[in-house]
Amino acid sequence: MLTLRFILKNLSRHKLRNCLTIVGIAVSVLSFGLLRTTVDAWYAGVEASSATRLVTRNSISLIFSLPVSYEERIRAVDGVTIVSRGNWFGGEYIDEKNFFPNFAVDARTYLELYPEIQLSEDQKAAFLRDRKGCIIGDKLAKRFGWKLGDPVTLKGTIFPGNWGMTVRGIYTGRDKGTDETQLLFHWDYLNETLKKTSPNRADQAGFYMIGVSSADLAASTALAIDNRFKNSLAETLTETEKAFQMSFVAMSGAIVAAIRIVSLLVIVIIMAVAANTMAMSARERMGEFAALKVLGFGGGYLALLILGESLTIATLGSALGCAMTFPAAHAFGQAVSQFFPVFQVSGLTVTLQGGAALVVGLVAGIVPALRAQSVGIAEALRRIA
Amino acid sequence: MTGQDAPGGSGPAIDIRSVCKSYTRGQQTVPVLQNVSFHIAKGEFVALMGPSGSGKSTLLNLIAGIDRVDSGSIFVSGADITTLSESELARWRSRSVGFIFQFYNLIPVLTALENVELPLLLTPLSARERRKHAEAALALVGLADRMDHKPSELSGGQQQRTAIARAIVTDPDILVADEPTGDLDRVSAGEILDLMAGLSESLNKTIVMVTHDPRAAQRAHLVRSLEKGLLIDAGNGAEGGNGNADAPLHS
Repeated sequence: MLTLRFILKNLSRHKLRNCLTIVGIAVSVLSFGLLRTTVDAWYAGVEASSATRLVTRNSISLIFSLPVSYEERIRAVDGVTIVSRGNWFGGEYIDEKNFFPNFAVDARTYLELYPEIQLSEDQKAAFLRDRKGCIIGDKLAKRFGWKLGDPVTLKGTIFPGNWGMTVRGIYTGRDKGTDETQLLFHWDYLNETLKKTSPNRADQAGFYMIGVSSADLAASTALAIDNRFKNSLAETLTETEKAFQMSFVAMSGAIVAAIRIVSLLVIVIIMAVAANTMAMSARERMGEFAALKVLGFGGGYLALLILGESLTIATLGSALGCAMTFPAAHAFGQAVSQFFPVFQVSGLTVTLQGGAALVVGLVAGIVPALRAQSVGIAEALRRIA
Repeated sequence: MTGQDAPGGSGPAIDIRSVCKSYTRGQQTVPVLQNVSFHIAKGEFVALMGPSGSGKSTLLNLIAGIDRVDSGSIFVSGADITTLSESELARWRSRSVGFIFQFYNLIPVLTALENVELPLLLTPLSARERRKHAEAALALVGLADRMDHKPSELSGGQQQRTAIARAIVTDPDILVADEPTGDLDRVSAGEILDLMAGLSESLNKTIVMVTHDPRAAQRAHLVRSLEKGLLIDAGNGAEGGNGNADAPLHS
């Protein structure tokens, strides 16, 4: 207890310096947490993907579509349990700054394939009944204050024109990683309109979402689908939903890598700051360390005092930083919700924040502890005199 | 009174035999102690005097086991401390020596009681026993009413009393004091010397004190003088000196 009191009381020697170091560590831990959460947000789609879902798209590029006639042929492949089709619509609400993801999908099969989209039965029925109906995520509804029955008009960018629809359902995510910022409307509405306005673009699906009976069958089923359309005018590329999502993340791989490097640099910088604080503290106390050695205390006890103080500072900074991470991530997540629909601080991030602070505390204390251990008693006492 | 004819009357507590010590400054080797020999009996209060650089603090450090001899031996209570390893020496210091510094060297963030309790962390005593011992030591030096004060809240004399309490709390055989009154006014210095003399007489502690102050030295049973690393004065002792311990002393 006396040693613990000693360590804690040592913190009161230079209150301002230690407070600034604690705040510095807290800000670093906060930055580290936010940067890691940003990386996690990048991978949110990957994390939310299911191992029993495949995505089939045109093998040339995602911007090329596939004939709607493929749907029946895909359904006939062994292992396939359900097929849904969809198009990235890319519509804007009033202005491009109001961006949110919006898709035209085959509603019945899509909702069956994505059980994580939680919709009440009456809203689901209303959506399926109304060909110009749409469903929106809870976050999107809150963002624009939309309610059931509200009319929404999207300005088409890929499919020109004004696309009026009515909110028939507001869904919530079953899991934390479910995107609640999307708008989904009927693919039939898109297709029938295209038949009138651009007949050559009609009866085309941007992608097929496929359910397979078992994750073990995913690879063989994907191969079988692609083989079925080999040497056709529109060859396919089928991959797991995870791989499909990863291909988007890979496009911004350099940015993700840069964010990761910066998050580590933040920790290295604060390590240097904390090490400097501890080095100054230890240097000022060399006379005391010599006196303690005279009393019979060994280097281990001195190391305990220094590392204890260093770890206490790091722990306080870490606790403050972790506590600030949640409200900061909430505010940051709201500010960038159109880019990162899922912005959640994970348990792993909090663990890494704590771990990083622990490493900072240990590294910052090691050199001063070693120096204190090697202090020559007689020399240090002569210096005091 | 001689080294062998001591108040304790049970043979030498400290026996210094042909001790040499030098320091290296750059390329130069500076001899600090040259072939010093003498002994101090149990319960004796010895003052070491001499001008600055004469080697008295170095000799004190060697006796307290916080510095190493170049050659020679130092026996304390029969054990040759020059043969001990660093960790053995640290253990020996914690049990056998109490050190009183000129500038007290108390831990500023701890209270007087905590400062005195600190050396007891190296003993197997429980927290309650440690506290009891520390309170007793502080009471012995007349600071029972200042236990919860930090060093900055105490006068110089009170801080030195706290340092003495810290030195005696483990009940060591010997106390070494490096100019314990050097930083104190005359009244406080007198009180500290009274206290040390009392410890020697009532608790039979062997005390070795380095001092520049002849008045302080007068309170000791015996005065030893050093000059340029040589023991030049046996005070009222009859044995010791440089080289042969049995050689007659310089006067």
